[in-house]
Amino acid sequence: MSKTSEPTRTRYFITFTKEGALRYCGQLDLQRTFERTFRRARLPIAYSQGFHPHPKMNLGAALPLGIISRCEVADVWLEEPRPLKSIVDLLQEYAPEGLRFKTARQADPKESAIQNRILSAIYHIIWPPGDLPPDLQARIETLLDAPALERERRGKTYDLRPLIESVRMRTDPDGDPCMELHVCLQPGKTGRPDEVLRAMHLDPYQPDIIRVQFILSDDEMCA
Amino acid sequence: MLNVNEINRALARILPTVQKPGRYTGGEYNQLIKDWDATPLHTALAFPDIYDLAMSNLGMTILLDVINRQPDMLAERVFSPWIDMERALRDNAVPLYSLESKRPVADFDLLGISLPYETLYTNALNLLDLAGIPLRTADRDESYPLVIAGGHATFNPEPMAPFIDAFVIGEGEEAILEVARAVLAWKGSGEPKAALLEQLAHIHGVYVPSLFHVVYKDDGTIHSVFPAVEGIPVRVLKRVVGRLPAPPQRLLVPHIDITHNRVPIEIMRGCTRGCRFCHAGMVNRPVRERPVEEILDTMDHLLTQTGYEEVGLLSLSSSDYTHVLELIQGVNERFAGRHVNISLPSLRIESFSVELMDLLKQNSTRGGFTLAPEAATERMRGIINKPVTTEQLLTTADAIFSRGWHTIKLYFMIGHPEETLEDVQAIADLCKQVLSIGRERIGKRARVHAGVSTFVPKPHTPFQWVSADTIEMIEAKQTLLRTSLRGNGLKLTWTDPHETLLEALLSRGDRRIAEVVQRAWEMGARFDAWREHFDFQRWQTACDQTGIDLHFYIHRQRQEDEVFPWEHIDIAVKKTFLLEDYRMSKKGEVRPDCREHCYACGILPTFTQLRRENPGPVWTCPEIASRESR
Repeated sequence: MSKTSEPTRTRYFITFTKEGALRYCGQLDLQRTFERTFRRARLPIAYSQGFHPHPKMNLGAALPLGIISRCEVADVWLEEPRPLKSIVDLLQEYAPEGLRFKTARQADPKESAIQNRILSAIYHIIWPPGDLPPDLQARIETLLDAPALERERRGKTYDLRPLIESVRMRTDPDGDPCMELHVCLQPGKTGRPDEVLRAMHLDPYQPDIIRVQFILSDDEMCA
Repeated sequence: MLNVNEINRALARILPTVQKPGRYTGGEYNQLIKDWDATPLHTALAFPDIYDLAMSNLGMTILLDVINRQPDMLAERVFSPWIDMERALRDNAVPLYSLESKRPVADFDLLGISLPYETLYTNALNLLDLAGIPLRTADRDESYPLVIAGGHATFNPEPMAPFIDAFVIGEGEEAILEVARAVLAWKGSGEPKAALLEQLAHIHGVYVPSLFHVVYKDDGTIHSVFPAVEGIPVRVLKRVVGRLPAPPQRLLVPHIDITHNRVPIEIMRGCTRGCRFCHAGMVNRPVRERPVEEILDTMDHLLTQTGYEEVGLLSLSSSDYTHVLELIQGVNERFAGRHVNISLPSLRIESFSVELMDLLKQNSTRGGFTLAPEAATERMRGIINKPVTTEQLLTTADAIFSRGWHTIKLYFMIGHPEETLEDVQAIADLCKQVLSIGRERIGKRARVHAGVSTFVPKPHTPFQWVSADTIEMIEAKQTLLRTSLRGNGLKLTWTDPHETLLEALLSRGDRRIAEVVQRAWEMGARFDAWREHFDFQRWQTACDQTGIDLHFYIHRQRQEDEVFPWEHIDIAVKKTFLLEDYRMSKKGEVRPDCREHCYACGILPTFTQLRRENPGPVWTCPEIASRESR
């Protein structure tokens, strides 16, 4: 790791969306898809040293399978600097369907990794037309009024309630009603949106669940 | 039946609930979706196993490319859903759909099913059923897709005969287009399906089982197989291509990890070694090689196009590829520093193989080194025609450990004809000998992994006459290995003996076995190649219910003049040649590599014209003088 500060190696934070068929692709598979996209785009990813060199790339907070995201962040090292616009344009040209690159910015080599700075995330829950649960507001109130919400994950019980920052109804950018969910997203303190829906006695597979924003520790918004 | 929109809506609900949903979405990089309405012929290509294996199959990739390059045809993919997805599809009344456009399989004009191995037969039936297509040819009218099949298992098509409208025997690159053209011409003609079938039977390499009669003798063996209509060939000669067609220039890049997640390039087709147990070695003759430059250019193009980090250079016997050294040197020159892993499977047991792998080292991870001696005594190697000496194996093992590999994987087979327990014991002894060489070289890090499968007599091979071992014999041999191959640094894997029996039943089965296949499927058999789903009891019961005697098919020594169920399928290697080879095996006589000398297996007289049109080093068979120069 100490040899990464060779002069030309440059670090970038790249934001992207994950949707379509790609939402069913897990974190490790996404990592491979990313590497291949960079190779197709002939953007020279930096490799680690040692017997088994691997690409220096980190993809932030894993998304549960099936959840869409409009705000993912990749932390990537290139062998040499490239213009920000050309990075985004080239990646887009060689990206599979469902992967859309939004922005790139050069990051300081010492800047702490994005996934270490994530405090929480905001999700939009959007039901198919006509399927919006009629008593949604009442369910939200019941949920937020509960002193504790005992849930089980991988055989362990935990309290979901303190992981929920807020839940409210709002209008999504298309003007349709949606439920906005703000939950903790830290190691050992992850509020899963599908679990929140289950706690509201709603089918988590009926609506689209979209991660729209990360809240980072230094008040930086990442959307 | 649901339409595309309804299928998509149902999938959005189903997919989050199943394992590995990425198997069922399509949408991979390089996926081609042609305009349905603007394309006259719609073909679904099915591989009846899960995505992970199906997408690793080169044949599938080739045929998809061949069809999609035709302006008036499209091909889309269909694979078997895993058990959980099958349940979800059935519970939600979602028909099996194509990965590209999510159309029901029943909406296609042509359904091509790949059958590379026999344990996919029940999956093929399940696939038809999930698509809402009747299983039997006789029950499908003009409104259903024409169902064709091909692949290695179909060199004996009989166990699947009632289910498949037409088989393409041999290489499909050219034949599938001829079949597709015939379907396209017939589509909308108003002609009955019978007319199409008869027309297909005239295409070289196409076998239409419903147009053939089988007559049995009183003892249950076959008296004869003959065409029921006039004018079609009495024997169906396999298709071969004169030279290897250019490799597919467009490769899908899956989102999820699959079995072989890499660029596959076929460097050579066929094998000249003539191992007597080997089906692939007999049915894939003649041997044809791809030029080095074409391989290197394809690698370059496909690596750039896909971003893959690995290339598999594929053949049945890589070290027999004439220009293998030149190829590896070329790979090193062109791909150094590109973080590309090269795999070169199927190497011969000789020091040269180690040198080759050593040359590739900058491009490959140094995991295990695999060799396939297949048998451990020289007596057995004479019987199976794999003439490698134990000394040669040990020298090679020494070179492998000396050059930095820690693990040697050795493939063996038990159950060869005339094998004794001493021959099996020799497998264990040989593994230990190899391990002690490793210990001398690199100490305790040395590992030997013995992969021991069980021989199944295959049609169209010199061993098609022999009986397979009984379950008791197989178990005794496996127990011997398990007790002898214990200790640090040794690992043993083996095949479930019941799976061997099933493979033995199906591979030399006749049309009557089709009833067993269907019955077993009805009782829930599918994914028979998957240990966790395979249940021999279902097959046993299916045999009992249909009056099939397992012993007759599996353990019966065939008479030399027996008419086989696959007698009417002509692989161009003569039955007399196979019989002569079988007799040689009984005397332990070796037949050397036919690159050195032609033993007249029958390929050249059958494909004289093709060889003449493709002269020179593209084939390893001798030249045929052109008519003018004779």
